[in-house]
Amino acid sequence: MITISEIHDRILSGESTARAEVEAAFERAEQASGYHALLSLTKERAYERADEIDLRIKNGEDAGPLAGVPFVVKDNYLAFGAPTTAASRILEDFMAPLQATVVEKLERAGAICIGKSNLDAFAHGGSTENSAFGVTNNAHDMTKVAGGSSGGSAVVTALSVVPFALGTDTGGSIRQPASFNGIYGYKPTYGMASRYGVVAMASSTDTMGCFANTAADTEQVMGLMAGKDSKDHTTLDNYFAPLTNAPVALKIGLINDSMTEDVDPEVRARTNEYVERLRAAGHAVDMVDLPMSKYALAMYYIIVPAEVTSNLARYDGVRYGLRANGVKTLSELYGLSRDQGFMPENKRRIMIGSYVLSSGFYDAYFQQASKARTLLINEYNKLFSEYDVLLSPTAPTPAFGIGENVDDPIKMYLADIMTVPPSLAGLPAINVPAGMSAQGLPIGVQLIAAAKKDALLFALAKQMEEN
Amino acid sequence: MSTITTNDVQNLAHLSNIQLSNEEAAALTSDIENILAYVDMLGELDTTGVEPTYQVNDLKNVFRDDIVDQGGVSRADLLAIAPESLDSQVKVPKVL
Repeated sequence: MITISEIHDRILSGESTARAEVEAAFERAEQASGYHALLSLTKERAYERADEIDLRIKNGEDAGPLAGVPFVVKDNYLAFGAPTTAASRILEDFMAPLQATVVEKLERAGAICIGKSNLDAFAHGGSTENSAFGVTNNAHDMTKVAGGSSGGSAVVTALSVVPFALGTDTGGSIRQPASFNGIYGYKPTYGMASRYGVVAMASSTDTMGCFANTAADTEQVMGLMAGKDSKDHTTLDNYFAPLTNAPVALKIGLINDSMTEDVDPEVRARTNEYVERLRAAGHAVDMVDLPMSKYALAMYYIIVPAEVTSNLARYDGVRYGLRANGVKTLSELYGLSRDQGFMPENKRRIMIGSYVLSSGFYDAYFQQASKARTLLINEYNKLFSEYDVLLSPTAPTPAFGIGENVDDPIKMYLADIMTVPPSLAGLPAINVPAGMSAQGLPIGVQLIAAAKKDALLFALAKQMEEN
Repeated sequence: MSTITTNDVQNLAHLSNIQLSNEEAAALTSDIENILAYVDMLGELDTTGVEPTYQVNDLKNVFRDDIVDQGGVSRADLLAIAPESLDSQVKVPKVL
């Protein structure tokens, strides 16, 4: 298992260099190529940046808290050195003219992006099977899915190609693949980190987060990503400050509705064991109800397509991206470029969005879902008036087989049933590894806190890592 | 429950500016019908008097001074990624 601090320490002590670490990361990426987790490598730029950092260190300058540490970004982050494809045909050759704010921030901290990872096209999916460029395999079992949509970033972290990788989480796209691959995965409070320069999916729930092998690394990266950005007006003033002490005697609620018979028995067993470990660490755990959670997926699959249909309207073959050949009129240019450029799941979501927003259906679907969302948020607010943290499994099953759910969108959507509710409420949540299934597949639990209480989640995850 | 026909799907595709083949439209019809049948469960909820939530962190509109900020991206950078350009403009087929 690779961590940020071991690489950083090796470089600062002179035992290694940024260039040597980047080279080693590319070698590990090569060894892991059979998992198809990376869509591109950014070799030229990575070596250039490594040499700059090595020069700064040689000159005795401060090269940043992540100096020389290699990382990977999901291929919906605009970053230099390779195309930003969003794993779609429509952006297959798109060379971004700018970088995402959080990529810039991590580069300023000295980190070096070495490549871009596979995802479900436009982050639409929960298995990384909807990529236009092939499926990513699970780090623990090549016959199982990586989870998604940030499957590639989860797998390169779990295989220790890099100590951390960036993902995006709109309804579980970091937490669920983190659970499937046995690593930490963090979805911040809505507004903690800038989304500028990342391909938008559903603007009212999109968040930028990361994967790492330890809770401390996850916290360090999120701390560097946090903060207001004048280019993303949904960002909050930087409220994030790590807690210095381990949490004492927290009140934790295990969500009853997430522990029903429908949930895999081994997932429930690992969750119950985690509850016992929380108790042994001095925390109180009660069963609590979140009745609106059973409606959350239905809300999500109205609200998200509605926002998707609007956010994906910009891909029209005019200013950038794929333009269909041989078209005679502008409307043909739009229609064929979008037909050829989007995956079936993209089309499903765009069209459902058009349906739920169309006159005659708007009140029954979009408006009703948005009101139901308020009811869900009210239930969370009530629980957080009494509890510090809520707990559930991260996913109802361990990683499923490749191809198992591809013909049934609803079944695929159900993989996100635990992660979607906090997304709709904008709450911070983390996947924490919680053991394995008898078959050797990782199982994770999800810790959820009230908005802006991100630091509490990291403190608890770090404490439990030691216990 | 809403019944969706392939015709409805073609209409949605038209609204979405996606030129679907008839085979594609047929394949999407049952998916879309099943998804809409699933989300229909929200109809059970009494939401009388409930305010809808469209945005979760209480944003207020933010004004800035009317000064052009190119965000470090030049006109030439943007034209370089356009599929076709001519005389500093993006070129498209004729509209009419």
